[in-house]
Amino acid sequence: MKRFSRDQMAARVARDIPEGAYVNLGIGLPTMVANHLPRDREIFLHSENGLLGMGPAPAAGQEDADLINAGKQPVTLLTGGAYFHHADSFAMMRGGHLDFCVLGAFQVSRTGDLANWHTGAKDAIPAVGGAMDLAIGAKSVFVMMDHQTKSGTSKIVERCTYPLTGVACVNRIYTDLAVIDVTPEGLRVVETVEGLSFEELERSTGVPLWRAASPAMAH
Amino acid sequence: MIDKTVATPAAAVADIPDGATVMIGGFGTAGMPSQLIDALIDQGARDLTIVNNNAGNGEVGLAALLKKKRVRKIICSFPRQTDSYVFDSLYHAGEIELELVPQGNLAERIRAAGAGIGAFFTPTAYGTPLAEGKETRIINGRGYVLEYPITADYALVKAEKGDRWGNLVYRKTARNFGPIMASAAKCTVVQVREIVELGAIDPEVVVTPGIFVQRVVEVDVADALTRPQAAA
Repeated sequence: MKRFSRDQMAARVARDIPEGAYVNLGIGLPTMVANHLPRDREIFLHSENGLLGMGPAPAAGQEDADLINAGKQPVTLLTGGAYFHHADSFAMMRGGHLDFCVLGAFQVSRTGDLANWHTGAKDAIPAVGGAMDLAIGAKSVFVMMDHQTKSGTSKIVERCTYPLTGVACVNRIYTDLAVIDVTPEGLRVVETVEGLSFEELERSTGVPLWRAASPAMAH
Repeated sequence: MIDKTVATPAAAVADIPDGATVMIGGFGTAGMPSQLIDALIDQGARDLTIVNNNAGNGEVGLAALLKKKRVRKIICSFPRQTDSYVFDSLYHAGEIELELVPQGNLAERIRAAGAGIGAFFTPTAYGTPLAEGKETRIINGRGYVLEYPITADYALVKAEKGDRWGNLVYRKTARNFGPIMASAAKCTVVQVREIVELGAIDPEVVVTPGIFVQRVVEVDVADALTRPQAAA
């Protein structure tokens, strides 16, 4: 089966982020979206440890231990960027000031519930970080994930079996097979990877999908 | 003359008693007041409750304090990191209690303590395992969880510059939890790279006004933590 590559997924997310947007990119796969934002588009990247206007990784030797992102990796600050403390940083999320956040996920339910912080394994040390704040803290919450687990189980589910990060919080899902909107009427397929039929996608998904009625569906 | 400066980290933390709740600033090692933590280790206080975003990296700073088994409980958002093996082994051995708090709730609970708020409703964690057993309410159609402030006996904070009245400025993302922890603790101890004359910090750019600070100590910054760190 043909699949979107990681870079294609990241580029597809980047296409949906307009100039002027305030955006938080979660740790892991979502970080790649930054590489695909056009340079002529001014977009404000937020990092929850206290910066807006985050720039790319510094050149080797230019790292500053006091300038890191939420993944604790060295970053830079764009001209015009700002620093602030943690309570202000999370007010930006919780207060609804961020336009988009992009998160990875273990599972997303048909109603947009998100599970991305804990597998539920008894011996695992729980660590949540800012995941729950991000899940409820942007006007639009995008999820980027593989459509299925390595063993071929759909990560889009009727009801999450992993512990929840947030309830009914996901707006759009970008997978290696499709782009899917979470709507009050259910999961609406926006587009699929080339050559994949709606029926094949639905068989790979495990919950009912519906098709956009408009010609906006790309394939 | 009011002079909040203290000569040494040891003197600055000398009175922290066993059983104290101590907030420690920093996000990973950015903003971690490692010289104050080292002084606390040397001082010997035990049975501590620590509030920090993480649970230590490698074997320095907070991780070193944990390794000495001085900490009874840690309140944090993200204990598990690539180099948190000291915490990991204590946790698996049942030798440390963990209160896991979503990062924004952690920040707001600390802020609330400093601002005199009795409790607040937050949407973060509503409907998740981290809200179990907590009071909830639907407000304007949205679910919220009741959260209480986190207060502390002491806060240990790292800032860039301070003056004898305790006014502070920070450096880049090392600011993180410093300003809110300074306001939430009964006694806030700050290590700064440089103590400056009153008036040398532009009043328009003071981040933490001196009212929130009790002690300021200048430390030698030529330590490992000011150099670039490995990603974690």
